[in-house]
Amino acid sequence: MAAVITVRAPFAFMRRLVSLRLHKRCCSKVQSAYLVYRPHSYSLIAGQQQRFFRTSCVAARPVMPFKLSDIGEGIMEVTVKEWYVKEGDKVSQFDSICEVQSDKASVTITSRYDGIIRKLYYDVDSIALVGTALVDIETDAGQVEGPQEDVVETPAVSHEEHTHQEIKGLKTQATPAVRRLAMENTIKLSEVVGTGKDGRILKEDILNFIARQTGAILPPSPFQEICPPPPAPVAHSTPAAKPREKTTPPSVPTPVIPKPVFTGKDRTEPIKGFQKAMVRTMSAALKIPHFGYKDEVDLSQLVRLRSELKGLSESRGVKLSYMPFFIKAASLSLLHFPILNSSLDENCTNITYKAAHNIGLAMDTNQGLLVPNVKNVQMLSVFELAVELNRLQTLGSSGQLGTVDLTGGTFTLSNIGSIGGTYAKPVILPPEVAIGALGKIQVLPRFNHKDEVVKAHIMNVSWSADHRIIDGATMCRFSNMWRSYLENPATMVLDLK
Amino acid sequence: MILRLSNRACVLSGSARLKSTLSTYFDEMGKAGIILKSASAGIFENLALEDWIHDHVDLQNRSILLLWRNSPVVVIGRHQNPWQECNLPLMRRLGIPLARRRSGGGTVFHDFGNINMTFFTSKKKYDRHRNLKVVTSALKALRPDLDVTATDRFDILLNGHHKISGTAAKLGRTSAYHHCTLLCSVDRSILSSVLKSNTSEVIRSNATLSVPSPVKNLSDVDPTLDADTIMEAIASQFNNEFGFDSPVITVDPAHEALMPGIHKMTNDIQMWEWIYGKTPKFSVCTSLVVDDVNIKLDMDIKSGTVEKCVVEIPEDWLPPETVNEFTSALNGSKYCPNEAAVLVAAFMRTRSMSADVAGKIHRLCEGVLSVM
Repeated sequence: MAAVITVRAPFAFMRRLVSLRLHKRCCSKVQSAYLVYRPHSYSLIAGQQQRFFRTSCVAARPVMPFKLSDIGEGIMEVTVKEWYVKEGDKVSQFDSICEVQSDKASVTITSRYDGIIRKLYYDVDSIALVGTALVDIETDAGQVEGPQEDVVETPAVSHEEHTHQEIKGLKTQATPAVRRLAMENTIKLSEVVGTGKDGRILKEDILNFIARQTGAILPPSPFQEICPPPPAPVAHSTPAAKPREKTTPPSVPTPVIPKPVFTGKDRTEPIKGFQKAMVRTMSAALKIPHFGYKDEVDLSQLVRLRSELKGLSESRGVKLSYMPFFIKAASLSLLHFPILNSSLDENCTNITYKAAHNIGLAMDTNQGLLVPNVKNVQMLSVFELAVELNRLQTLGSSGQLGTVDLTGGTFTLSNIGSIGGTYAKPVILPPEVAIGALGKIQVLPRFNHKDEVVKAHIMNVSWSADHRIIDGATMCRFSNMWRSYLENPATMVLDLK
Repeated sequence: MILRLSNRACVLSGSARLKSTLSTYFDEMGKAGIILKSASAGIFENLALEDWIHDHVDLQNRSILLLWRNSPVVVIGRHQNPWQECNLPLMRRLGIPLARRRSGGGTVFHDFGNINMTFFTSKKKYDRHRNLKVVTSALKALRPDLDVTATDRFDILLNGHHKISGTAAKLGRTSAYHHCTLLCSVDRSILSSVLKSNTSEVIRSNATLSVPSPVKNLSDVDPTLDADTIMEAIASQFNNEFGFDSPVITVDPAHEALMPGIHKMTNDIQMWEWIYGKTPKFSVCTSLVVDDVNIKLDMDIKSGTVEKCVVEIPEDWLPPETVNEFTSALNGSKYCPNEAAVLVAAFMRTRSMSADVAGKIHRLCEGVLSVM
């Protein structure tokens, strides 16, 4: 018998014995207690167990129907438009439950109780009648306060306000559930800082207060005991250590810092949209054996040329960046190295040398990576390229790029340097066989042909190519030609078509 | 806190005391009625301002009138379907954004010729007819011969026939707001073209439908009536009707210090998941003609995302496996032409196909995208 007494903490056990309140959580322990003490009563209870729990006391987790309160203006029915909860969800008082609509008014219905949703009475788009039950909520014991139904004539909201906001004589605002939690943990509400609306004290505020006191986070269970504060610091140690420590100065007590609680949670989302497209493309790109080739380009002369042409271009209404030059130089070089503008079929049995140079631009939009391409660069002048780039950029940033602009590319350039970076290892976009990533243009010291140190505008380019059909020497020669066009822009004039 | 104070208006900005918010400022004012005017013409900032006032200001013993105007935008009601209510491709071309408000009701077009008024009260004092009376009385005070009446559907009609104002409302736990528009000098040709959907016949849904009505501008009957005059008249009439004496206070909705949390609210209502994703479940069922071939398209869309996409294509035009891959590329994508284009492009990249097939898929995709 003594053994059974020590099963539960004294206070809780006495309370249960005295008031005969039973809770589902500990009913098994209760049963064993009864088994020892009053075996004959147990059989009595066993048969009527369900009824005993429900009828004898309200505290045994009642399921309350939460009725749709009056909306005002004599409205008798509304349409349920959206549920914010589903059966089994946990809700707190004032959480939104659903959205209903009536006659151009959208109403958010909030929960009256803390508890678990047990039943939704209406589907979306069905008509709900004012005064009928909307949901069943399984509440904690002792939460029921005031009338259990909403009164249809007067807005029930005013009653809630009375109990929750205007309780006479008390300045602190807290719901009855919060007050009970504070009382059970012997906390004075006036000592707790409320973080809710209008300084209202929330359940989280009580829990944080307790955590700060004890250095631990406690679950919000009414029967939880408060752990005693941590033992006094070790510095005031046992007498055995004293003789040795007499000569040392008294040590500073180790500060006890409550463990900071990290409440961040992992978040898992399905992959869809732009990300799904990227996953698909890059998984296919994995099959291509990449090799990389990096080089440095001296753009000093190009920088000068562009600053001269910028004004003229803007007078024609087009912004001129460096990209049109990079793209045109690539196209001129591709004429000499058509294998870089080809495509390998799935079985690696045939190479198709593409006639058109459809050069893709990697574009960073706020939704993700887009790679539209400029068609037939081999037929466009640098200015026409600039026009086309502007068009694609405008469409890309406003989300209006179509499939025609997004497919059919044969070679790609990625100007990652516009955001930052020097070297990169770009991934080839199938069905292409090569790609180049351009780093940022930096001003660096370099030696000129007279052995003098001069200021140079240096950009790094990182190429990747499909090693099944392209070898390093080809990539190197292509890169050298591309580089020489850009380092001496005048040579582009000779080869322009 | 107050920059400029005249006997009729003042501007709130730059809080000297860090703890002051708009809410505490109202408490300090101690007035039972307050008139606010938004300094912003951005729809999202203004909608966020409405939400902030609704959530953070104590309205139990106080009423607030907020006056605001926006640059061109189409605003749909909380439970509406934008594909049914407006011409999205046209709006994209014209650069007119779409917004979804939290109140119910139908779709409206705003531009600077339209005045928006929001009446914030406690739930007990929620009375839409009385609010509309403020508007009609104000207009009659300006022009006694004006025939403006409020209907029992909470519209305001001019000359008994043309709608000049529509209403919507939002009720929360303890407070409510009722807002309405007022057509002063709106561009009616744009209004009628953007509010006519290009795909409504192919959509089956239970979303709230707008009730189209013939509209007119107040400036059509009296060109001397302009928005500023009308807003002043409404402000005074609000004071008269309810016995208040508030000046018109200008508020900048971008002021985070004054209204903590408003930046996040402004961002939240610009997200695709709110504007398009909150569309009630609907399905699209249509026939397209591509290359003289009849194609049947059937899509179910939930939360703005394609849940099911079925395309019936004659087998000799495109092989079924290709068609299946095309539809599975679209499954799970947002019902948005940009995203659908990107997904189909990725599908085309990773599938080797002849130029002929590629061309057909381009045209098929164009057809499908035309209904988004």
